[in-house]
Amino acid sequence: MSCPAEIIEYMHEYLDEVISAENEKILREHLQTCKDCQTHFHELKKAIALVQSTSNIKAPPNLTANVMARLPKEKKKIGVQRWFRHHPLLTAASLFFVLMVGSLFSAWNDHQFSVSKQPNLKVENTTVIVPKGEVVKGDVVVKNGTLKIEGEIQGNVTVINGDKYLASAGHVTGEITEVNEIYEWLWFQIKKTGKDLINIFDEENDKI
Amino acid sequence: MEEIVKKRIKEVIKGDQNAYGEIVELYKDKVFQLCYRMLGNRHESEDIAQEAFIRAYVNINSFNINLKFSTWLYRIATNLCIDRIRKKKPDYYLDAEVSGTDGLTMYSQIAADTALPEEELQSLELQETIQKEISKLPEKYRTAIVLRYIEELSLNEISEILDLPLGTVKTRIHRGREALRQQLRYV
Repeated sequence: MSCPAEIIEYMHEYLDEVISAENEKILREHLQTCKDCQTHFHELKKAIALVQSTSNIKAPPNLTANVMARLPKEKKKIGVQRWFRHHPLLTAASLFFVLMVGSLFSAWNDHQFSVSKQPNLKVENTTVIVPKGEVVKGDVVVKNGTLKIEGEIQGNVTVINGDKYLASAGHVTGEITEVNEIYEWLWFQIKKTGKDLINIFDEENDKI
Repeated sequence: MEEIVKKRIKEVIKGDQNAYGEIVELYKDKVFQLCYRMLGNRHESEDIAQEAFIRAYVNINSFNINLKFSTWLYRIATNLCIDRIRKKKPDYYLDAEVSGTDGLTMYSQIAADTALPEEELQSLELQETIQKEISKLPEKYRTAIVLRYIEELSLNEISEILDLPLGTVKTRIHRGREALRQQLRYV
């Protein structure tokens, strides 16, 4: 072949898309006049097209599973962290539950004696006495103490974690509730919250 | 896509294996294809592709997060393929050519359970011919050609994957192209 050696070089530059405009012009002009180089160029492009035509092979479907099975074991901690990340609602719910139980439990564990404030209630150490002949108005709540009723209470009585003695002369107009077990106490708290909520709504309704 | 991959890799570095599963899913076809074109048989390619993913996982800490993950992964896969080609054991695979039969593989010894339509058969034959011609290329030209025309990577990326100067990559691709031209001109 009498063609200049750089023509083949230009062909490759063209195929690599790095040819300069000047060289491309030389290549084009030469290809128009030289049959051999035209064939050569055509064959190169054909080889590339053929090779590219094979590029559609798929990996076996179980490849990912096989790789995952052969990986070294991950740390347990990571699994837990991932679980939390993927279940944000459950995480929030369980966190709420833990805090809730914690606060309720600490409230239960509160062994302080306490009593609702009515002026005519007599308090001796942890014993609350409703004296004979007296009338106590409103609800009475005694926590961690004993309640002796000799007079009259116009309202509900609640005794938490304690005892209540109702003398024969004593009288309570409302309900008497004693709470000693933790579950009962919990139920009582829930009922109370519920009632308070309803009261709030009732009040709102009244306002309207 | 690069962004998702980077995020997943950060999770993998923290130790999350499931995130790696997603990466394998993303790249499995490309890596398998690369191995298949380099090695020319499915059994070995699957083996090497798996090995490449496992190596990438084990060495994920040495991966520079600012670089392209695919480049790094292809580099591992390419090196494994080259190693395998160099110390090719005389193993017997179904799609290996039976010596002295000129193109017959062990598959031809097994009765086909379904007859292929004529057209499909022809395209399959053509694919096999091309694959055979690719396999005939010397390993260094083969690698460059596969990365350039099967994986469709840029010259710069290939030079990074092979850790070779750009000029060397160009020369290898030119020689590979010329060799393929000779081999495929009458197909």
